[in-house]
Amino acid sequence: MEIRPIVASLKKHRIPAVLIVLEIALACAVLCNAVFMVHQCIASVNSSNAIDEAGMSVITVGGIDASQAPAAIVRDLAAFHSIAGVKAAAAVDRVPLDHDVWLGSYSATPTEAGWINSSIYFLGDGGERAMGLRLLQGRYFTPEEYAGGAVGADGKSTSHVVIINESDAKRLWPGQNALGKQLYSDETVWTVIGVVADVLAQAPDFSGGTGKYSSVFFPLRPDVELGRYVLRSSPADRDRVLAQAMRALGTLEPGAVLEGHAYVDMRSAYFADVRGMAWMLTLVCAVMLAVTALGIVGLTSFWVGQRRRQIGIRRAVGATHAQILRYFQTENFLLSTAGVLLGVVLAVAANLYLVRHYEVGHLPWSYLASSVLALWVLGQVAVLGPALRAAAVPPVVATRSV
Amino acid sequence: MLGYYIDLAIRSLKRSPGLTLLMILTVGFGVAASMVTYSVFRAVSGDPIPWKSAQLYVPQIEMWGPKGHGGPGDNGDPPDAMDYTDAIALMRDHRARYQSAMYMITPSVVPAEAGKHPINVEGHAVFNEFFPMTDAPFKYGSGWSASDDDQRAAVAVISEKLNQKLFGGANSVGKVVDIDGKDYRVVGVLNKWEPQPRFYDVSNTGGFTTNADDVFIPFMRAIDVDMSNDGNTNCAETPAQSGFKGLQLSSCIWISYMVQLDSAAQAKAYKDYLDGYAREQQRSGRFSWPPNNRLRDLHAWLDAEHVVPSDTEVSLLVAIGLLLVCLVNTAGLLLAKFLRRSNEIGVRRAIGAPRSAIYAQFLVEAGIVGLSGGVLGLLLTGVGIHGVSWVLPKDIANLAHLDVQLLLLTLIVAVVSTMLAGIYPTYRASRVQPAWQLKSN
Repeated sequence: MEIRPIVASLKKHRIPAVLIVLEIALACAVLCNAVFMVHQCIASVNSSNAIDEAGMSVITVGGIDASQAPAAIVRDLAAFHSIAGVKAAAAVDRVPLDHDVWLGSYSATPTEAGWINSSIYFLGDGGERAMGLRLLQGRYFTPEEYAGGAVGADGKSTSHVVIINESDAKRLWPGQNALGKQLYSDETVWTVIGVVADVLAQAPDFSGGTGKYSSVFFPLRPDVELGRYVLRSSPADRDRVLAQAMRALGTLEPGAVLEGHAYVDMRSAYFADVRGMAWMLTLVCAVMLAVTALGIVGLTSFWVGQRRRQIGIRRAVGATHAQILRYFQTENFLLSTAGVLLGVVLAVAANLYLVRHYEVGHLPWSYLASSVLALWVLGQVAVLGPALRAAAVPPVVATRSV
Repeated sequence: MLGYYIDLAIRSLKRSPGLTLLMILTVGFGVAASMVTYSVFRAVSGDPIPWKSAQLYVPQIEMWGPKGHGGPGDNGDPPDAMDYTDAIALMRDHRARYQSAMYMITPSVVPAEAGKHPINVEGHAVFNEFFPMTDAPFKYGSGWSASDDDQRAAVAVISEKLNQKLFGGANSVGKVVDIDGKDYRVVGVLNKWEPQPRFYDVSNTGGFTTNADDVFIPFMRAIDVDMSNDGNTNCAETPAQSGFKGLQLSSCIWISYMVQLDSAAQAKAYKDYLDGYAREQQRSGRFSWPPNNRLRDLHAWLDAEHVVPSDTEVSLLVAIGLLLVCLVNTAGLLLAKFLRRSNEIGVRRAIGAPRSAIYAQFLVEAGIVGLSGGVLGLLLTGVGIHGVSWVLPKDIANLAHLDVQLLLLTLIVAVVSTMLAGIYPTYRASRVQPAWQLKSN
């Protein structure tokens, strides 16, 4: 296909050509960034979390006096274990993704160099089984360690052992075995006895990028700090088990304020706004692509209408249907190419702005490439109708006076 | 003449219904998308107390010194809440028209009827001036008095919702309510009061929350009965003693503070007072650094606390991007439409119409497209605002609503933006050479 006549013709219709290029460029810039943000949203909604999410229920207990709490925990857990279908039950202080955040800074040396900000989880006896942690190395806490664990006046565990996340093990001791290593927080020190698969932070968006998978686990004897019960059952039994446990607690602790949820619901509530954002962006992208396509259809139709006579003349002097069709397709391809080139520049600029002012990552090249491809295809699809109509112009038009 | 142009425009638009529909749809969708996101943005960046926001100030005192700085995102500002020592000192000095320290509490309230479960409620421990300062609306009774604060009286102000739950909505002033196992006398019942953002304590609520405050009790009373803080606590160093008492002795920040200052002169005097206070602390050896205080009015404070969620801002940017695409598109279509009528323009010019008449005619046409697009956009905005709770967090989505202001804005944005898009096409149309068009081709 000869390109020169197309360029010459575009030069004569500079403004409509510029408008199409501009529209494609803007669409490309918005599309790249919006799709990328949708992808980021989906990635965070689907964040892996190495606990038994499907089988877990969580009951938050409030209003129990500190002096009564230890006895209440022992009593309540005994009641839970008698419910049919309960595989494990334990008291813990916090669970991932429930907005209740307790962070501490930990490092591999006493100097605080290279410290990380981790979510602190205190587990009551059997907490690892109730949450369904996945042990990768080492061991869990022994009953003695559970019975000896307490929270000191400074809010730190008085125990001497800690279990950490896989990510932290790699971050703190790269290339080494974390087992048996010393974990510091200021002057306090714990020995790492186990490494578990990555458990999410209590509030990943609060903890930031590195804090998302940074969790430390300490043993704790029955204590008022352990304000949540975690029950584990098969997913099929979960709702019944939760309802029975709530009833049992209602009679055992009449003065307590109770709130029970299936863990999957808590997770879904945590990510509700991220999911909403993803939907909104998807909707905007769809509307924008439709508008862009319709705009190309409209302008090309006008163009075809304007050039009916020229098309007729070309047909009369021997151009085939296919040649006319290809003329318009090539023309659109040239315009789209100019549009996406400008669009890529705009997209990168917009992304840099977003990175600077909001929590958005850098745009990977693959998004630019796929947006470019998408707009090329969109342009070709949009131009097909008007181009076919152009190709259908009969040669006799050339002989008619307008 | 206008009537004639409108008639011409409608005839012309009818001649190519497809193109016209396309333009109207484009304008409609673009305007609707940006208006829906704008309505959410407006709701969250709105002024919760417009009649008074210029008189409300939040003081910040540098009580941490260099220890509190150097972290990620540090901009040299002092901590955004107060420790107990400084909050109490400021309350004692009582330099503003109204002032109140406050902290968040979540006591359990036990209904008087036997057999009913206790309920957890959210609330704030405040000083008496909190109520006149925030213009909290009372249904029954009023706030408590300064002497109640001094005597640490067991009095409470409860929400209409809690009043409904406990007393069936009757006037409960003088009745007794059991809060955390102790009896409090109700002195006031608030009308529905859910300012968004929750301006008096953004550091704990993040600004937006669906949970309303159900109970207010005197600050010093709450301290006396050890009703612990349920809001955020932020420490630069580990408290020397544990528990709530240890927190009160520490430099940890957990108290919000607000003052009312009626004029710029008062604000200036208060800022001087804060600096004087900090210097005094420096002299006494408690602070080893020079004063670094802030006194922001409510607007500046909400801004500094980033109360508008970044998601909302990003959505607005994306929607503006969409509107731009739609405008460029409309400009292209209008150009196509106008230039197709070169003949008609030529004839009009030849029989004496000046360029300005051509301008008027085509801008009227663009305006009509914009207006129709705006009407469609209005419908879509209405649908969008109802649907927004489906995609946005409830506490935010509930705030978006369609009102006359948004209605007018939608129409104005549609018409003005379409006419802007029509300027170049109109300019091209007015440049048509009559002689060329009149020649037979």
